Amino acid sequence: MTTKVTVEDVKRVAELAHLELAPEETPPMLHDLNAVLEYVAELNELDTSGVLPLAQVSELETAATASVVRADQTLLSLDRAAVMQQAPETDGVFFKVPKVIER
Amino acid sequence: MSSEAKAAENYVEKPKTLAELRAEFVSGQTKAVDLAASYYDRIASVNPRLNVYLSLTKERALEQAARVDALAAKGDPLPLLAGVPVGIKDVLVMKGAPATAGSKILEGYRPPYDATAVAKLEAAGAVLLGKINCDEFAMGSSNENSAYGPVRNPVDTERVPGGSSGGSAAAVAANMAVATLGSDTGGSIRQPASFCGVVGVLPTYGRVSRYGLIAFASSLDRVGPFAAHVRDAATLLGVIAGNDPKDATSSPAPVPDFAAESDKPAEGLRIGVPAEYFAEGLDPEVRAAIEKGIAALKAAGCTVKPVSLPNTKYAVPVYYLIATAEASANLARFDGVRYGYRSPASETLSDMYSHSRDEGFGAEVKRRILLGTYALSAGYYDAYYLKAQQVRRLLAEEYLRAFAEVDAIVTPTAPTAAFKLGEKTGDPLAMYLADIYTVTASLAGICGVTVPCGKTAAGLPVGMQVLAAHLNEGTAFRVARAVEAAGI
Repeated sequence: MTTKVTVEDVKRVAELAHLELAPEETPPMLHDLNAVLEYVAELNELDTSGVLPLAQVSELETAATASVVRADQTLLSLDRAAVMQQAPETDGVFFKVPKVIER
Repeated sequence: MSSEAKAAENYVEKPKTLAELRAEFVSGQTKAVDLAASYYDRIASVNPRLNVYLSLTKERALEQAARVDALAAKGDPLPLLAGVPVGIKDVLVMKGAPATAGSKILEGYRPPYDATAVAKLEAAGAVLLGKINCDEFAMGSSNENSAYGPVRNPVDTERVPGGSSGGSAAAVAANMAVATLGSDTGGSIRQPASFCGVVGVLPTYGRVSRYGLIAFASSLDRVGPFAAHVRDAATLLGVIAGNDPKDATSSPAPVPDFAAESDKPAEGLRIGVPAEYFAEGLDPEVRAAIEKGIAALKAAGCTVKPVSLPNTKYAVPVYYLIATAEASANLARFDGVRYGYRSPASETLSDMYSHSRDEGFGAEVKRRILLGTYALSAGYYDAYYLKAQQVRRLLAEEYLRAFAEVDAIVTPTAPTAAFKLGEKTGDPLAMYLADIYTVTASLAGICGVTVPCGKTAAGLPVGMQVLAAHLNEGTAFRVARAVEAAGI
């Protein structure tokens, strides 16, 4: 948990997240990631063997949520025309995007 | 509603109570349309300096106000929030109105639907004035991460209003709305309420629907109200709370009359004070103010006793791992395909994704996406994300044990009063540490209220955080009412 993040790591993670960091953005990002990861490493002091992870508080007995699932019915969704109006590029039915595969 | 000169550095003005406004509407002394117009005048006068509102929804507001006036003219019963001018944090969507989340990537987006909390306010008669500035995607503790410029604190315009719902707190402090909605993921309602000297509510996780809230970290995100008076904040929570089939995590628990709950005296309540929240790093003036608040609770007949929350110091690391991991997944949807900003010059789909995201997101959002993606990536998942979730359980269980012994826990909301603009922007970690007293309740899903509790020598507000167990908002309101009544 104390592994230092490298420039290559930052570039790899940026690629995974579809972020394109400018060359001048990378060094400060590297510095900040290492500072935060060094700080969070103090969690290693705690022995958590046998502790179940808690992803949602609904797993707690006293919590408010009960993971209720709604009835499986077909309902009207948002109006297509209203949704497509927000698209950067559309033919009215589909979202249009630049070409996906280079030939 | 006097409008100060632009040069004035203090814009504090206290809104009337809901009861006062209601009496004026019922008697015909005030028309909802006129009140809305006077709020738009106030906004026009002070917004250039405070930068609270990002967009106004005048047409919709005035139509609603006219409906309220028509009801009042006929002598029909008025709904609970009839004619009350309310502002909405720009992470909650309103049909047809801009929804930026403080980000360039959502520039131009006009959502085709209303958030559930927004729709419920309007159904109760509220007049929705417009959309309010915040940190980009609610990520920040000072409102300085907004792509549309920082909000200034109405108490002292050289200081931050807190974040991420800084605009929502400032709006109430400066009487640019009678009440507002905000969102709280790690303290984003409670901390700005403290910095601006207003009441802010963190409802129990699941109490208020998240439908129409632009997601940051879904297991932590909550929608809650700001108001100038505790009872009014309780009334607002009652309006927006309740089960919503559109949010699978929304609670089916019945919604009590929170305002009536808040009327009950605090006498006899057991109040816990955790030593961990009064340790190193707490500003002495904040400590002194909170100690006065605790003395006031004793005087009101509460029993005060120490409680122990020994893992508190691990809460910030746990929070920043879990919140960024969830954010990295949630923010993957902003890709320039369906709505919002698309980078104009892209040859391929892949370039279009990364150019749009790179140009659309600000530095803090990118930092958190990278941190979250790193923590979830192959080889690191167990060490970071899983470990954080395990400690999250320990933190939650610690609270549950404490609430077996006490009805509420009181702490400072933040370790300091409002800091200066630019003071922490160069050091993300220092900014994260400002959330030290608020993130545990976020992780545990419990509820809380920030109530004004005195001032520093420089006149900066101090907020007390009153925490209560899941679904016990009524208890938190009772304690907050007692602190408010003490007039510290």
